[in-house]
Amino acid sequence: MNRRLIRKGINLLALGLSGLATAIGLFFLGAILWTLVKNGVAGLAAPVFSAMTPPPGSNGGLLNAIYGSVVMTVIGILVGGPIGMLAGTYLAEYGRATRIATVIRFVNDVLLSAPSIIVGLFVYELLVIRMGHFSALAGAVALGIIAIPVTVRTTEDMLNLVPQGMKDASTAMGAYHWRTITSVIYPAARSGIVTGLLLAVARISGETAPLLFTALNNQFWSTNLFAPMANLPVVIFQFALSPYPNWQQLAWTGALIITVSILILSITARIVVARLGPAGRR
Amino acid sequence: MNTVAATNRVAAVDVRHAAGQRLRERLFRWATLAAALLVLVLLGGVALSLLVGAWPALAHFKLAFLTREIWNPVTDQYGALAPIYGTLVTSFLALLLAIPVSFGIAIFLTELAPTWLKRPVGVAIELLAAVPSIIYGIWGLFVLSPVLQQHVQPWLINWLGPLPLIGKLFQGPPYGIGILTASFVLAIMVIPFISAVMRDVFETVPDVLKESGYGLGATTWEVIWQVVVPYARTGMIGGVMLGLGRALGETMAVTFVIGNAHRIGSSLLAPGTTISASIANEFAEAVGDLYTSSLVALGAILFLITFVVIAAARLMLMRLERKALSSV
Repeated sequence: MNRRLIRKGINLLALGLSGLATAIGLFFLGAILWTLVKNGVAGLAAPVFSAMTPPPGSNGGLLNAIYGSVVMTVIGILVGGPIGMLAGTYLAEYGRATRIATVIRFVNDVLLSAPSIIVGLFVYELLVIRMGHFSALAGAVALGIIAIPVTVRTTEDMLNLVPQGMKDASTAMGAYHWRTITSVIYPAARSGIVTGLLLAVARISGETAPLLFTALNNQFWSTNLFAPMANLPVVIFQFALSPYPNWQQLAWTGALIITVSILILSITARIVVARLGPAGRR
Repeated sequence: MNTVAATNRVAAVDVRHAAGQRLRERLFRWATLAAALLVLVLLGGVALSLLVGAWPALAHFKLAFLTREIWNPVTDQYGALAPIYGTLVTSFLALLLAIPVSFGIAIFLTELAPTWLKRPVGVAIELLAAVPSIIYGIWGLFVLSPVLQQHVQPWLINWLGPLPLIGKLFQGPPYGIGILTASFVLAIMVIPFISAVMRDVFETVPDVLKESGYGLGATTWEVIWQVVVPYARTGMIGGVMLGLGRALGETMAVTFVIGNAHRIGSSLLAPGTTISASIANEFAEAVGDLYTSSLVALGAILFLITFVVIAAARLMLMRLERKALSSV
């Protein structure tokens, strides 16, 4: 009897602690979001979206940084997205269980979790040194490289969800494999692939480390891809660590904007995946 | 006559059509293969470019680069020991804090939570992983470190400071920023990664095994500890290593709160630096080839460490996947 009570007690204690652990995790998510809203909303006025980043002490906004972030993210996904989709297609449809596909899958997983600052160093050596200066293009390429493994992974997962019967039906009608892939498999997996791209956008739009020494920063409005360009993460980094109150305020506002956008992207992606069924979850 | 000619014409079109299809098939296949091979090229390119960039520093300092603490841009003397130490210590402490919490979350999500709660809580934890690292950095600097400085660190200094052996770790003034704060922020960052993997791994445990445990009268905790954990051990370690990979390479969050001091303090409360924080802070402003090259060499070391850790993690998880497949 006594022993049973002890066992029950341990059980309750352990399960209580696991509940506590979950509460801790949720608490930090709440704490971070609350801080962002509390500090960020104060600066969320019209000039944020219509004025350039200011010099210390005067008023301004984040327009050039938001523009730069959008431009580099879009180019990044235009570079990394198609490459990732094609590579994912190879793994799911052509390579499958061959040795080369296994190796590529493994390497892709390694790249997926490799430190993003390393990618920044790579692009610096590859482009910035050759071109002789920092540029938005280099930043976009760095983001594109980070987007590739994410897209490869989700594309492969999503193509594998397409029922084999559907592929067989297309093959039975005499379609070549490429025709089956482009006309049957892609349309069937479309929402899944789009989700993967959304997740890739969410991932790269908050990346700071690879932009520090590729796109650098720019205090002025610039649309030149071959010149340094402002972007939200680096502006947040620079402004948050500055001693000027108006810069710090803009950093919080920028942080709020970027986090809300990313959370919206991720939640949208999750809703789409949830509709696809349990196998779509990763 | 007419029909034969027509048939021939159709056959000719068919042949041409088939040839076109075959060509397109080949082109498409090559395109996908090329993209897939690009993934390999990327990894190779990253490794090669780091090595090339690091070469001047490595050739100049030789192996001493790894063992010296000095980091002085004025005299052009560089050693990687302080950042390597900071990277390893912060990651280790982060795991120490994160593993129990992640384990608890994974248990809660797989064994404890009612179905209606599973999904929202799971998604919330996953969203914690989607928050960009710079947000953790700015939050850590402005919210967490004052709290640690005013409430936690004085307590640690008072109570743990006088103890023998571990007392050394808790000496000095409470700066707020430093190794301990960085570890704390890193822990919060890797919790969602580790708990997501652990949850997925726990879900691969066959229900039959758990049910036999319950059938013998075991409590939920006993089933978890004696059935689920032994079955899922490899995968759990894989998840922890994946979290370690994250923590080792994490840049922005650490850069904000580590203090960026190139020295090794015996106290965990002292400011330090990590490899990624040093690169993030100094690279854009580094002047002189040896300075730049030393920073790239730091990057190469980081790449090597994380590559080994991540590769080991992936291999473990792959092994578990195969086990799960074969037991179905």
